[in-house]
Amino acid sequence: MKRILLAAVAAFAAHAASAQSYPTRPVTMIVPFAAGGPTDVIARIVTEHMSRTLGQQVIIENVGGAGGTVGITRASQAKPDGYTIMMGHMGTHGAAPALYPNLKYDPAKSFAPIGLAAGTPILIVTKKDFPASDLKGFVEYLKTNGAKLNEANAGVGSVSHTTCSLLQSLTQAKFTRVAYRGTGPALNDLVAGQVDFGCDQIVNLVPQIQAGTIKAIAIATPERSPSLPDVPTTKEGGLPEFQVSAWNAIFAPKDTSPEVVKALAGALDKALDDDNVKKRLHELGGTIPDKQGRTPEALQKLVESEVARWTPILKAAGAVAN
Amino acid sequence: MGELLGHLALGFSTVFNFVPVDIPGLGTIPIPLNILLCFVGCLVGTLVGVLPGVGPVASIAMLLPITFKFDPTGALIMLAGIYYGAQYGGSTTAILVNIPGEATAVVTTLDGHQMAKKGRAGVALGIAAIGSFFAGCVATVFIAAVGAPLTKLALIFGPAEYFSLMVMGLVFAVVLARGSILKAIAMILVGILMSTVGTDLETGQERMTFGQQFLSDGIDFSTLAMGLFGIAEILRNLDNTETRDVVRKAIGRLLPNMQDMKESALPIVRGTFIGGILGILPGNGAVLGPFASYTIEKKLAKDPSRFGRGAIEGVAGPESANNAGAQTSFIPLLTLGIPPNAVMALMVGAMTIHGIVPGPQVMTKNADLFWGMIASMWVGNLMLLVINLPMVGLWVKLLKVPYRLMFPAIMMFCCIGIYSINSLPTDVMFIAFFGVIGYFLIKLGFEPAPLLLGFVLGKLMEENLRRALIISRGDMMTFIERPLSGVLLAVAVILLVVALLPSIRKSRDEVFVED
Repeated sequence: MKRILLAAVAAFAAHAASAQSYPTRPVTMIVPFAAGGPTDVIARIVTEHMSRTLGQQVIIENVGGAGGTVGITRASQAKPDGYTIMMGHMGTHGAAPALYPNLKYDPAKSFAPIGLAAGTPILIVTKKDFPASDLKGFVEYLKTNGAKLNEANAGVGSVSHTTCSLLQSLTQAKFTRVAYRGTGPALNDLVAGQVDFGCDQIVNLVPQIQAGTIKAIAIATPERSPSLPDVPTTKEGGLPEFQVSAWNAIFAPKDTSPEVVKALAGALDKALDDDNVKKRLHELGGTIPDKQGRTPEALQKLVESEVARWTPILKAAGAVAN
Repeated sequence: MGELLGHLALGFSTVFNFVPVDIPGLGTIPIPLNILLCFVGCLVGTLVGVLPGVGPVASIAMLLPITFKFDPTGALIMLAGIYYGAQYGGSTTAILVNIPGEATAVVTTLDGHQMAKKGRAGVALGIAAIGSFFAGCVATVFIAAVGAPLTKLALIFGPAEYFSLMVMGLVFAVVLARGSILKAIAMILVGILMSTVGTDLETGQERMTFGQQFLSDGIDFSTLAMGLFGIAEILRNLDNTETRDVVRKAIGRLLPNMQDMKESALPIVRGTFIGGILGILPGNGAVLGPFASYTIEKKLAKDPSRFGRGAIEGVAGPESANNAGAQTSFIPLLTLGIPPNAVMALMVGAMTIHGIVPGPQVMTKNADLFWGMIASMWVGNLMLLVINLPMVGLWVKLLKVPYRLMFPAIMMFCCIGIYSINSLPTDVMFIAFFGVIGYFLIKLGFEPAPLLLGFVLGKLMEENLRRALIISRGDMMTFIERPLSGVLLAVAVILLVVALLPSIRKSRDEVFVED
């Protein structure tokens, strides 16, 4: 009896100690996309600094598939001890409920949000000899000649597809949508002029726009991006409702203890204040949330509003995956 | 010409650059860091490539974090080394244990493994290394000299052209077949059918997934290849005690002799050319290279019946094509900033992590990186030859290991390899499933190679067909009206006729005999 008691006390003490000094071993962050994509790059930049604050390595595990929902499903079912966390994004925690009726998680309920890491603004781009050069002319051309135009996207559920669904719903234009396997091939055909326009994250596009191989029409953020100061915003161009950024945020599974959430949120906050991290995210054209915008509470609100925003748009676009 | 030499000089000076490095206990010593990274990349790539299932994508992804500490040029030189190192290593597994690690190594299993069974494993490995080295050297000069203008080729290829190219590719598959053409066509169709499993790209609807999440992204190539080739081969060997000893009894010469070299010289040159051109194409055109090379060698051979029974040309040509394509697939990435396949997409990620966003300006803005990488490719190929030729003896000795010890090890590596890609237990179950299917296919005299080609091409073909028709608003004429697409289709028809001719002639002969 005494021995059992002792063991229990020891176990309790060990547990208490581990709770106090989280983390005591490496933390796995599941990135639900292949290595090398925008979300993966952001995750790697941010976790490199977070590892230093936490005193434990944050290891990235790429679990791709089904628009990121495979990885997020798995991470949501992990033990909520803070040793498995994930990088979710606009698709997995905003568009997914509309796209995947059999989704095994609820973006707003199955997670303990940690905080927003970075957003990458969305641009409307066209092939270089597109007849219109400003947003007004573009929208007009889209409305009158929509039936002739082809839009390139990276497949149902991708950021480029989701955001262009918003453009379609705002302009009510009837352009034809052409799906590619990834943004690379889509960009290839846009540069080659096989398709007419598309919406995509700024990181992929800056060098092409600077080289003049494609034309930037507008950027869907409230302010111009320092990476492309000449590209007007959608607000300036007369389509202020087209505001969209592909956000990436860290989540833990539901029921993760408040201490762990605090430790992770603190580490994220510190990482986003670091000059080197800032510089690298800015190089990607990424936007860094302000102090208010990167709290767990702000992320919870963002997820709820994003799900509410995308569901009707995507349902209207008829894009439903099983 | 002078400009080219200047660029190459810049490249080589970048590669041979001495960087002062703090070594504890020894103080600061200048060491050729980039050369070392290139060597490490090639070595790791070779080792990883040898492990079945762990392809370059998985290994580059795993090793990406290590490169954070280096400057971008060194990091990319190392990652590129892993990539073409893995191509080398992949053919080793294909030859020794009949497991193609990648789509491009499928062809190598056809004659490479047959050579190994005849005790010529060393020769097969040797000629693969030599052919790859030659291809690598030519491709390096090719990229340096005409890479930039050739970029246009990637842009001419739209969905319609790509579809026609794939049709041509399927004709290759018919020619690949060893036995009955009817059975080969059946296998191709099964392969195409299997490639349609998964979420549809255009509509997002799931097809033939039975509501299972693990099927929603379709069947993975490596699972299919490892099951149909690797596991099935093990099953077959286990029920046939005679054949399984053949491999370990006779070892034979370790390196190719003059006769082998003479037979391989022209196939290597042709393979390099074909692979190099196809490698530039977007959307993984490089997979067609080895298939095309094999087809051409078989057609040109005086005695095509040797193919599939250990013809050295069937290893030399495709292996050269494979390596040339691996290298020229860097062209769209370096000159356009657009990745043509999954590995290159990963390289884009690696570059962005290091603060270099690839685009048309990399060539001028980061000239030392651009030319340094090109120069490192040549250095890397030389290293691979140095690493691989001595290893040939080691690999061949591995075949002496009794099969009862070998096969559990192969199985274990297959399982670990496949699990490491997506960390999905279902993938491991899948190789067992495909292994059983592959076993019955062999027993019934069906070839798995056409199935795999159909699988690889089927998806590309379907997607590009639909894309082309969407863009042309349903007009089929687009495939003929677009000049390049029309030419490719015409070539496909001619190829098919040529392929069927011998069988027509044969039946004519038979008619003659009956007379």
